Amino acid sequence: MRVAVLAGGPSLEREVSLLSGHRVQAALAASGHQAVLLDPASGPLVEALESGEYEAVYVALHGKLGEDGTVQRLLELLRLPYTGTRPFACQVAFDKGLAKEALLAAGVDTPPWAIVSQAALRDLGAGAAIGRVADRLDGRLVVKPARGGSALGVKFVERPGDLPAAVMGAMAYADAVVVERRIEGTEVAVSLLGDPAEPLPPVEIVPKGGVFDYAARYTAGATEYFVPARLGEEALAACSDAAGAAFRALGLRDVARADLMVDGDGRPWVLELNVSPGMTETSLLPLASQAAGMPFERLCERVLDLTLARDA
Amino acid sequence: MDPFTNLYAERARGMSASAVRALFAVASRPEVISFAGGSPYVRALPQERVMEAARIAIQERGDVALQYGGGQGHLGLREQLVTVMAAEGVAADPDHLVITEGAQQALDIIGKIFVDPGDLIAIEAPCYVGGLSAFSTYQPRYLQVPMDDDGMIVEALEEALIRGERPKFVYTVPNFHNPAGVTMSYERRVRLVNLCREAGIPIIEDNPYGMLRFEGDPVPTLRSMDPDNVIYLGTLSKVFAPGVRIGWILGGPGVIQRAILAKEAASLCSSHLTQLVSEEYLKLGDFREGVGEFVGVYRARRDAMLHALQTHFPADATWTHPAGGFYVWVTVPAQFDTSDLLAAAVERRVAYVPGAAFYPDGSGRDKMRLAFCYAAEKDIDEGVRRLADLLAEEAELYRSLGG
Repeated sequence: MRVAVLAGGPSLEREVSLLSGHRVQAALAASGHQAVLLDPASGPLVEALESGEYEAVYVALHGKLGEDGTVQRLLELLRLPYTGTRPFACQVAFDKGLAKEALLAAGVDTPPWAIVSQAALRDLGAGAAIGRVADRLDGRLVVKPARGGSALGVKFVERPGDLPAAVMGAMAYADAVVVERRIEGTEVAVSLLGDPAEPLPPVEIVPKGGVFDYAARYTAGATEYFVPARLGEEALAACSDAAGAAFRALGLRDVARADLMVDGDGRPWVLELNVSPGMTETSLLPLASQAAGMPFERLCERVLDLTLARDA
Repeated sequence: MDPFTNLYAERARGMSASAVRALFAVASRPEVISFAGGSPYVRALPQERVMEAARIAIQERGDVALQYGGGQGHLGLREQLVTVMAAEGVAADPDHLVITEGAQQALDIIGKIFVDPGDLIAIEAPCYVGGLSAFSTYQPRYLQVPMDDDGMIVEALEEALIRGERPKFVYTVPNFHNPAGVTMSYERRVRLVNLCREAGIPIIEDNPYGMLRFEGDPVPTLRSMDPDNVIYLGTLSKVFAPGVRIGWILGGPGVIQRAILAKEAASLCSSHLTQLVSEEYLKLGDFREGVGEFVGVYRARRDAMLHALQTHFPADATWTHPAGGFYVWVTVPAQFDTSDLLAAAVERRVAYVPGAAFYPDGSGRDKMRLAFCYAAEKDIDEGVRRLADLLAEEAELYRSLGG
């Protein structure tokens, strides 16, 4: 089968996406497909897609355009079957603020948060209320660009006085930021696969430097992973349940990864969901599927099958 | 997962993925006006002469060019490099040279033969980032010597020596510094040379840009002021082409003997093919004509960048006024973090190198390096304007946050 693997693109996660895309392309080729890597940033995409007579598209783009529903809308317009979630749900999942609202509405625990947008600061004088954000969230804080991945622009705030600088820094990556209460505990990723989606074994993340930042994510050996996570049966089940509930609450499809924190009481808090999980050598979905007895080639094949099954 | 995680050497610890590198992956796209890379404008080279040099190397001297060579480098090229250095007043004997893969490998070899883990070495702050990555492999501690418009503040080094600090060597880029754009004054050079000679501390003089002077008189090289205590690093990257990967170390017999062995251990010898192409290029005519072309192009671009900065940049930013080389070093108000700001800049299709890369201690977050060597003049104006707009918006954001 002729499959286009979309990877690269102009987002800040271009480099990671190219790593994901090359691996997916090689895996699909090894499974007997004619898999071609297409980089939307290196040529006209529509022409490439239309002239290539592709029967399916594997979306391995990360970040803006690739995970926010934009490329998915284009693929719908071109009537090309593609992997993963539909446009609107992508859009919601990609925007951390919207996603958290949806999780809250569905009764999924997500850490308390506030949104600070450039528009509110510039046009409404919201800066005068920034102190209230820290008061309301009470505790150590995390500031994240509302849209974007790979921990780019994420700031930890130890003292309320440091909040404005952290907001400034994170806003270089997005026009709004999520200020979130920092949950202390165990960092866990639960990947979900299938239709209906089933959770793969939860992966525990232990960055050697203490923070799961960009370097910790993409330097082999900088982070230790434990599959399944070293949590009690009950907490493991709670993670899987929370991830599943979050997946459904956001209306995701076929494959995604939920990032969670498990607090000292064993209670999982869902931070966010990724509709195009990383597929690099150090990524979490491939690690979880491997632990579930599904090597990388079969994982890629399975994601593609889900797309084709629906199309048929 | 990586099965060798627990096997890597301590010196490989710093070799990790970085968010800034990820942003450069986006910045290298054609629609981005890049002030990030220090790429020479090789199109300004006399193409006929380059082709003729390559023809001679392959057609007439192929038996030599395609063969292994000696670790010290081809004698014919070393003789030519002596004439290159003479143009800057450096007297040299071809026997006291080792040819390296660009001056970058020279830095690695210097680290290899001088630095044990934990040794103190003195560097300029800011420091050439490639120097930091080369030296850091050998796990030194750094003595950061601050700079001003006259280059390294030698008085600060002197104070450190008085405090009892004893660096193994002092590393400096005295001409048109990367990234700071400044040139060490004659008075400072005298003071540095005297200080180091008295203290018995060698100076590593890295001089890639010296011949790219746009105005004013050259300042004598440190090497010419004290040949016995200065190890000189040269390169053809800026006077010919970085693609040939030809650099060199000029030093005393003890240094050169060790450097040859280190060079042989690393790569047996530099590419004989590009050594001969370079030798022929230098023999075919006065290399200074090509340098003159470069200088004309870079001077116009430097002027364009300084003019654009003057026109567009906010009043509370400052920058250096390089009399040569490739770089302007900009200081923005302290509330900005240029590492974060790069993400927003790339979104606006302009790129630079954040200041933190040039300091081992991670300071310099209010600095950015702008390279004027590669972008065309009209793009320089547009790129600086995009950066200025971004700074203006960020300043407004800062005010709105109560700053």
